[in-house]
Amino acid sequence: MLVYLIRRLINVVVMLLVVSAVTFGIFFMVPKLTGSDPALLYVGKIADKAAVEGIRHKMGLDKSITEQYVLFVKGLVVGRDYSTGVDVTHCSAPCFGYSFKTEREVWPVLLDRLGVTASLAAGASVIWLLFGTATGVVSALRRRTLLDRITMTTALAGVSLPIYFTGMLASAIFVYQLGWFPHDYVNLTDDPVAWFQNLVLPWITLAFLYAATYARLTRATLLEVLGEDYIRTARAKGLNERRVIGKHALRSTLTPILTVFGMDLGALIGGAVLTESTFNFRGLGYEAVAAISSSDLPVIMGVTLFAGFFIIIANLLVDVLYAVVDPRVRLA
Amino acid sequence: MSTPTETTGSASEAAPAEAPSKRIEGRSPGRIAWSRLKRDKIAMAGGVVVILLILAAIFAPVLTSLFGHPTDQPHPDQINADTGLPKNPLGGISGGYLLGVDPVFGRDVFSRIVYGAQISLTVAFLSAAVSVVIGVLMGIAAGYFGGWVDAVISRVMDVLLAFPQLLFSIALVSVMPNSLLGLTGTGVRMAILVLVIGFFGWPYIGRIVRGQAMSMREREFVDAARSLGAGSGHILLRELLPNLVAPILVYATLIIPTNILSEAALSFLGAGVKPPTPSWGQMLSDATKIYQVDPTYMVVPGLAIFITVLAFNLFGDGLRDALDPKGN
Repeated sequence: MLVYLIRRLINVVVMLLVVSAVTFGIFFMVPKLTGSDPALLYVGKIADKAAVEGIRHKMGLDKSITEQYVLFVKGLVVGRDYSTGVDVTHCSAPCFGYSFKTEREVWPVLLDRLGVTASLAAGASVIWLLFGTATGVVSALRRRTLLDRITMTTALAGVSLPIYFTGMLASAIFVYQLGWFPHDYVNLTDDPVAWFQNLVLPWITLAFLYAATYARLTRATLLEVLGEDYIRTARAKGLNERRVIGKHALRSTLTPILTVFGMDLGALIGGAVLTESTFNFRGLGYEAVAAISSSDLPVIMGVTLFAGFFIIIANLLVDVLYAVVDPRVRLA
Repeated sequence: MSTPTETTGSASEAAPAEAPSKRIEGRSPGRIAWSRLKRDKIAMAGGVVVILLILAAIFAPVLTSLFGHPTDQPHPDQINADTGLPKNPLGGISGGYLLGVDPVFGRDVFSRIVYGAQISLTVAFLSAAVSVVIGVLMGIAAGYFGGWVDAVISRVMDVLLAFPQLLFSIALVSVMPNSLLGLTGTGVRMAILVLVIGFFGWPYIGRIVRGQAMSMREREFVDAARSLGAGSGHILLRELLPNLVAPILVYATLIIPTNILSEAALSFLGAGVKPPTPSWGQMLSDATKIYQVDPTYMVVPGLAIFITVLAFNLFGDGLRDALDPKGN
């Protein structure tokens, strides 16, 4: 187990390095190709030449791309000093640099935005996991009944709906017509009740789409498992149906769902771009879209890496859980 | 040919002449799948809608001249000058404007939806093609050769799946140049969308093909081909590929609706084709500012996306069931 864990952790570090190198390469090479100058983005177009050169030197933009990348990674791990020769700005680890637009450090902004996105993801994921798998199980056990048909048709419709459409539709009905929900993000620490009230609608809207996928996946997997020999054995030795399903079938049904859940949650925490844009929540995804439209490279870089980090960590957690549940994985 | 047939054609000749109604018919797996698919009414309905949508997109100019107005033509007479909203209720739906007009400009929504279908379907099909070609080549190579080839390709797929794809796509699209490969304007934006969406889609197909190729590599017909002196190229393309057609076809059909959603999402976030070229996602994005007072303008493109994606999903699901040898 320990060997397995160490191998996986090395893998995570390598993956993060690759993702960061590719991201860095793309976002710092592209301005060169298209002829725009990152230093100019910092100081604005009207700045005089000396100021531009000063910034270029201070931010290390005059170095080669490899050196810049090494400095960037070093900044992430141990922090980094920006110096003009006269004054020195220290940016402590993990240092993602400074925003071109606001000149604020990127890391605190990321942490700040994470709260919004995490609130959104946390509530929605609980709803969709419970609701989606439960629906899938019921549908599989009542296969070919009217109930199964209705839930599966709804699920297929759910898979085919984009969040920005259902989100607007739900807001139009429940916020603007009926006035049941407010919708503006409030911090959990400021006012827990308002936090909850404002998030209910986005949670349900987001969870509906995911629940549809999970219901379909659970149903398909459970039906496949029910065809396995060991289920027939369990039935043949006289176990009651409750035990066959609850103890034998569900266990192997839930493992693939766990995998998907880990990846989905990781991706969602990394930026629920569409949901945040629809409901006007200033989370990580919203920040990223704003940064992209203003070519704010350090922020784009920060959010992308941050998001990649969550996806990779979620994958790692799922793999480790898998190895705990299923010893065959450790040996492979 | 390595594709197995269930019954040989000569069986029908041997059938007794006095019982013609019970003749055993030789049917290829393709025929079996087709007859199953025909019986699946929901899948067929999805298929019919897909064909109608494709026809509508192809004949967009004809449809627009018959039932609509040019996409970019403003109709200020349809707009209330004070509010910028359509004069007629329900987003300005009337005999002359079947799906209403857009706020501020008063452009015909019907025409913009039909032309939007062109963009949406073209991008979805071409990017699916990109994903399938890369995914099949990579997956089949990884599965068949194994060893370091498999290790490298699998790692690349892992890394790609670990990328925050939507963020990356928006960023990539927004920094791309305005002309590429001799294309300009809408053409270049569409090409970029196709490449970006197609590129992020191939690992999904690659993983499936890899798994299938891995299990097939050990089968007797591959051994037989190898013992007859066939090279790797022959085994990959002539022996393995024909047996992979069914899963590839199913995933290609199911990746198209995903691509339609991706294109719409990118357009919604402002990284799609540039206005005034109409696209569904961009119409929804415009609608975010105004849907509280003019919900029709949000509902129409939303339904367009929903119906298209649902039709493809229904058809894809039916196709998967029909091609599944374990089905009945």
